[in-house]
Amino acid sequence: MSAFESSAPLQLPTVSQPQRVLRRFLRRPVAVVALSVIVAIYGIGILAPVIAPESFDDTDLRARNEAPSWDHPLGTDNLGHDLLSRSIWSAQTTVIISVGTVASAGLFLGVSLGLLAGYRRGLADFIIMRLGDVFSSVPTILLLIIINATLKDRFESWFGHVSEFTGIGWFSDSGVPSYFLVFGGLAVFGWVGIARLIRSQVLALRESQYVISARASGASTARILFRHLLPNVGNLLIVMLTMSLGSVAIAEIGLSYLGVGIQDRPTFGIMISEAVGPGKLQNVREHTHLILAPGFFVVALVLAFNLLGDQLTDILSPRRR
Amino acid sequence: MPAGLAGYILRRLLTVPLILIVVSFIAFALGRLAPSDYVEIQAGTRAQPETIARIREERGLNDPIYEQYVRYVGDFVTGDFGTSAKYRLPVEDVLLPRLWITLQINIVVVILSWMIAIPAGVWAALRRGTWLDPLTIGLLLLPASVPVLVSTPLLQYLLVVKLGLLPSGGWSDAEYFGVELGIFSKRAVLPVLIMTLPAVAGIARYMRGQVLEVLDQDYVRTARAKGLPGTAVVTRHVVRNALLPIVTLFGFELAALTGGSIIVESLLGIPGVGQYAFEAIGSRDYDGIMAVVILGSTMFVLAMLVVDVTYGFIDPRIRLGEGLSE
Repeated sequence: MSAFESSAPLQLPTVSQPQRVLRRFLRRPVAVVALSVIVAIYGIGILAPVIAPESFDDTDLRARNEAPSWDHPLGTDNLGHDLLSRSIWSAQTTVIISVGTVASAGLFLGVSLGLLAGYRRGLADFIIMRLGDVFSSVPTILLLIIINATLKDRFESWFGHVSEFTGIGWFSDSGVPSYFLVFGGLAVFGWVGIARLIRSQVLALRESQYVISARASGASTARILFRHLLPNVGNLLIVMLTMSLGSVAIAEIGLSYLGVGIQDRPTFGIMISEAVGPGKLQNVREHTHLILAPGFFVVALVLAFNLLGDQLTDILSPRRR
Repeated sequence: MPAGLAGYILRRLLTVPLILIVVSFIAFALGRLAPSDYVEIQAGTRAQPETIARIREERGLNDPIYEQYVRYVGDFVTGDFGTSAKYRLPVEDVLLPRLWITLQINIVVVILSWMIAIPAGVWAALRRGTWLDPLTIGLLLLPASVPVLVSTPLLQYLLVVKLGLLPSGGWSDAEYFGVELGIFSKRAVLPVLIMTLPAVAGIARYMRGQVLEVLDQDYVRTARAKGLPGTAVVTRHVVRNALLPIVTLFGFELAALTGGSIIVESLLGIPGVGQYAFEAIGSRDYDGIMAVVILGSTMFVLAMLVVDVTYGFIDPRIRLGEGLSE
């Protein structure tokens, strides 16, 4: 197979394309709305310490299970937590976990391992891809539950030692160890898809004319990888990273619902579990507002990610335009 | 079978045990790293420390992890899957009835979701450019975007408590060990509904995309040009060709169901494998966890193998190119 043929089906973006893609994106109202919803929820999460009316563990036992009012726009829960504040802090947890996981697993591990495997071939390729096979062949939720159930205590005591040793109290603050455990666990599984994608693209592109000429003119491996290969998989990478933000958020919510993820901070999973978890079915009628707050945010976020993914695939896949 | 494919399948099958060994060792080691073990949990807080230590010694829990692992694998391959520490029964006696329940539900979910999704995807694609296309996809996406954690209690409330259409949970203890569930039992409606809704949207969207691609092909234009009626073009040329790549989604759906079962079964109190997995982790039921992990991974690996082989079968370019040469 000649170099030209192998790169032919992958007519990937030329330099001028980002602007064109952006313009196509802006012309689709659904895409713009979906992205705005995601940006809004992320913004709420990032600004949580500033905009949340109350701290996440402020309780008011005189105002338990109260319906929405001016004081508590989304009502209060069984312990008198303000649900608006809880939701805002939950958004923060979601943002930290999903951005942390996608940055460490998708962007860092996935891209570098994919580039390495595709460009170096040989033993590195073999080891990386077989490792990927192993990690992608376990039911993820199952192993995440095992990891969280078994390693949590060790992890917390280890973080305790680190903070004693370094004098940085921040390490053992409530929640921090479990953040690391959850996104560490998710990261172990999260890199495989992106690495496979990058590898397959690099395999196709490494024999293309422009990479060969770059190599011939003495460009270093790093330069070829980051200057010539990476920009050409950029569009696909953006789609995949966006979609993983969504799926990580869902995984985080599911784990904390089951009581194995984050526990010291509010998360949407915990809020849902407190509202309508096992044995609390009557809350659907008696205290409907309990499920409305987390339910609204979660459905909005997931729906926005689904729609955005759809739109991005449509915009970027050359044949379906 | 095309040349080269048999060899490829064989090579892939040979890697399955390797993957299973690595996965099972990771799960095994993780289980042993837990802060407490089943002896401690079952003995309770009032047990003498000496008694606990003696039981651990007897069961070989003080040996190095790799020795325990080798012993476990040795037993496993000779058909001894261990004892469920939670139920004090051989693991297979606990797992098989549960597997049967989970399988029945999942099979119905798969059949139902495909029966809805394929026509919906074709319908949406054929109405591309009208408002019906985004409406169909949107209507499917909305329920798919409600996480099961939210949809389960809401549907449960609506269908069971409010309308009284379905029996409330009530999976009797008898069903834990051996009594058949029966797909046509009313109790199965809720889990099937909850798991089908999210599955439909994904398949329908993919089908829509495939149909759109096929509609662009020359042979469809030729079929139209030679005067075939529209329905014949769609059923004979478009749908048939669009369906082929869709088959690969089957493997992914199987994988998603494995994960979904854990949550849905725990939520609805269905005595299936998913619920047992969760219980087993909580009670440090080592042999139970291992059996579930190995079972789940085997299904997963085989599903992925089917996906890859189907890809190669459908698209010979992949078979000749990089995809299968590894």
